[in-house]
Amino acid sequence: MADETTDQGPVTTLATPIRLDFDFTPGVAQSKFLRGLERGEFHGQRCSVCGKVYVPSRGSCPTDGVPTTEDVLLGNAGTVTTYCVVNVPFAGQSIEIPYICAQILLDGANLSFMGLLQEIPTDQIRMGMRVEAVWVDESDLTPSLASVRYFRPNGEPDADYDTYKEYL
Amino acid sequence: MADSEVLHAEHRLEYPYSRSTGPVIGAFLTALRDGRFVGATGSDGRVIVPPTEYDPITSDDVGELVEVGPGGVVESWAWVSHPLRKHPLQSPFAWALITLDGANTAMLHAVDAPGPDALATGTRVTARFRPEAERIGAMADVEAFVVEGGAS
Repeated sequence: MADETTDQGPVTTLATPIRLDFDFTPGVAQSKFLRGLERGEFHGQRCSVCGKVYVPSRGSCPTDGVPTTEDVLLGNAGTVTTYCVVNVPFAGQSIEIPYICAQILLDGANLSFMGLLQEIPTDQIRMGMRVEAVWVDESDLTPSLASVRYFRPNGEPDADYDTYKEYL
Repeated sequence: MADSEVLHAEHRLEYPYSRSTGPVIGAFLTALRDGRFVGATGSDGRVIVPPTEYDPITSDDVGELVEVGPGGVVESWAWVSHPLRKHPLQSPFAWALITLDGANTAMLHAVDAPGPDALATGTRVTARFRPEAERIGAMADVEAFVVEGGAS
């Protein structure tokens, strides 16, 4: 009855988006990590009690409960501790499947983080593989993990299991 | 580390839901887009606005849709001195339960009034629709209600 006066047709759907707007600050420690990414560098922090190096650092040691104040510049190379080959498509997927999602332990770090692994067939990935970060072009660097395009094998022999078994 | 080096960013979490309206709510929203109100006739002859799809007493389909409003009466209201960002009006306003002329149930909407003194239970108000080109078939097609004969 209601569309007699319009040529738009009756209303059948209603957009009801749910939206939460956050003002996010990563804090001092993670800002240092993100600022490092903006320069093409991985920055971590060392605990003064246990000596572990966290990258990214949350600003304190979860084991000892003390602030981590010593900054550590890490290199570009690391070891795949474990990984997952993604074969399942999902909404919002931005990378062509199959792809490899790997936990990467940077040399000198005591905490692994997740990274995309490319330039290797998915059936050749293995634990202990040595990898290196490939960064975006200098002009595209931002304070975000998007500055790391992906990791790729760096050609070194696989790391010994004992060097990363504590990080699985 | 200087404060200026600590990062800030806006982060938006959004779920883009869209709901199907069904034939009754859809007719109500279509009428809003046309700048009109419709209600549903219940089994006891009452007119329900906004219309429900089922009769609240018998659970049968509701009867004929009838035109109501655009004027009505304030049944109850609450003054908002400090509107929030997502409120329909950005200057102080009232949330009000309004029984439209011809309806037997009250509907919640905003009243754009100069101040709380302008409102009372029983105050006559009328709908101020958005311009036709801006109406999309949603509650916000009614910008607000205003006091009948009032300055706003």
